[in-house]
Amino acid sequence: MIAPVAARRRRTDQVMRAVLLGGTLVALVPLVFVVYYLFKQGIGAISWDFFTTDPTGRFLGPPGGVKSAIVGTIMIVGLAALIAIPLGIGVALYLVEYGKQNVFSNVVRYFVDVMTGVPSIVFGLFIYIVLVLTGIGGNFAGWKGSIALALLMLPVVTRSAEVVLGLVPNSLREAALALGAPRWKVVFRIVLPTALPGLITGSMLAVARGAGETAPLLFTAFAVNATTWNLGEQMNSLPIQIFNDVRQPQANIVERAWGSALTLVAMILILTLIARLIQRRSRFA
Amino acid sequence: MATGTVASGDRIASRSPLSRLPDRLLRWVLTGLAAAILLLIAFFFIRLATESEPVFSKYGVIDFVFSDEWVPSQELYGALPLLVGTIITSVIALAIGVPVAVASALYITELAPQRLKQPLTILVELLAAVPSVVYGLWGVFVLIPKLRPAEQWFSDTFAFLPFVGGDVAGPNSFIAGLILAIMILPIVSAISREVMATVPVEQKEAALALGATRWEMIRMAVLPYSRAGISGAAMLGLGRAIGETIAATLVIGNAAVIGDSIFSQGYTLAAVIANEFGEAASDPTHRAALIAAGLVLFVLTLIVNALARYFVLRSERATARRVPKGMAG
Repeated sequence: MIAPVAARRRRTDQVMRAVLLGGTLVALVPLVFVVYYLFKQGIGAISWDFFTTDPTGRFLGPPGGVKSAIVGTIMIVGLAALIAIPLGIGVALYLVEYGKQNVFSNVVRYFVDVMTGVPSIVFGLFIYIVLVLTGIGGNFAGWKGSIALALLMLPVVTRSAEVVLGLVPNSLREAALALGAPRWKVVFRIVLPTALPGLITGSMLAVARGAGETAPLLFTAFAVNATTWNLGEQMNSLPIQIFNDVRQPQANIVERAWGSALTLVAMILILTLIARLIQRRSRFA
Repeated sequence: MATGTVASGDRIASRSPLSRLPDRLLRWVLTGLAAAILLLIAFFFIRLATESEPVFSKYGVIDFVFSDEWVPSQELYGALPLLVGTIITSVIALAIGVPVAVASALYITELAPQRLKQPLTILVELLAAVPSVVYGLWGVFVLIPKLRPAEQWFSDTFAFLPFVGGDVAGPNSFIAGLILAIMILPIVSAISREVMATVPVEQKEAALALGATRWEMIRMAVLPYSRAGISGAAMLGLGRAIGETIAATLVIGNAAVIGDSIFSQGYTLAAVIANEFGEAASDPTHRAALIAAGLVLFVLTLIVNALARYFVLRSERATARRVPKGMAG
């Protein structure tokens, strides 16, 4: 017969379990409310015109849709991904394949961590100083926004890639080397393909994070109403569109902000979901 | 891969220098990339410093940071209200966010039924998928109006507490802190979960075998083990809260004053940059002042993140020391 636990201790246990459960539920409350309001306020704004017309920019009358913002977000984030993903994976490859424990790679690792902690607005400021103030390629431009976002995404890509590349079994590398393969072939034919699903997942999560950022775009890509496919011009984007619409007094513009927010969150969620599905299919957790 | 001889004396075929070229190329390119990161950050720091130099040389570093009037129209640039606003909102964010995050991490790792663990983890992480500007939008049109009566009641009832009392402004520091708390929750929870997962199973089982209840096991085995890691997680959350811009600028009221209570309007270092940059583009001093605010923000997050790293590393080392290899479960 096991001695029963003293009543006081059992009570404490039950109370604390309830407290921890309560904390978890509290953590989920904002998620429920944000999603609820996004649908409640945003669904009314969604229509065919919402996706196919540009913001009119007029003070009165119909505010127009957000076509230019959607195009801008896809273009800016796409270029940012093209810059950040190869560079980020390259740095991670160096850290895993060539610099496991030397001082230099530990310093690099430290500064990649530092970059993760830099506030996104400071990246925006930096690009503003370096590329906008100096007037390289005109004033504000979509590609400058892309570079600011790429700086933000780079450390995220590197850190996740370093983990995934580190999981590739050393026996695979050694087997290839023993068969006489040169190092670069080992990297491109063995290491990268083995780690591919994990690399894709990490990169997509980084892209999802970049897509929602507003601050780095404020004074790099700026904003215009008209749709443009030219990254050399000023570009609109969904986060900036929302940021500007929130501060307008007209109800139909605020409604457009909710519609844009719903669109943006849906885009990010779809990316995240695909990334997680790829992760689940891969052999590495 | 060098040329050499095997025991029997046969020569191993050596690679021609030409075929080794790609090898060296790859090595140098990758090393160059890694070095570029260091150069980039050095360049980053230098550019921010040189661009904000006009303000520092005109007002002095100490005066810029510690004088309390920020009135761009009169060329007064004292960052103290911004600094105080940043600290107040971050402290509120930590005070609300960290306990909730740790509770959820403990529940998910130690108490939740197995089949609920994965869904709960995903749900908490979804909080991180919502962009800052969407939290701002939600804060402006939902949180501010809905919470105002509750805030006023709290302010009236607990007026004897410091920094509480008086009229509640619509957008205010508390709302900003609350939104920041929601935004740091996923990262603090994720790192706490990681740290808690490293607690050796033996310790937990030993506590349970000695008759401890679940909570006693958490208190005696899990918490002491993960304390440093949780501190690190909280510091990382603090770093996020300090740098968070868009949500804060939408809900804090953007008034560069040091308010009497947490329910007054305020301003943060990050918010001032986002909010005033448009008008500052044509005024070099104002622009330099905003860049200087960015530099202060950058240095602040550097310090906080270095501390966070120190705590997390110490926690990892402690685990490595106490647990013999192969027993870590």
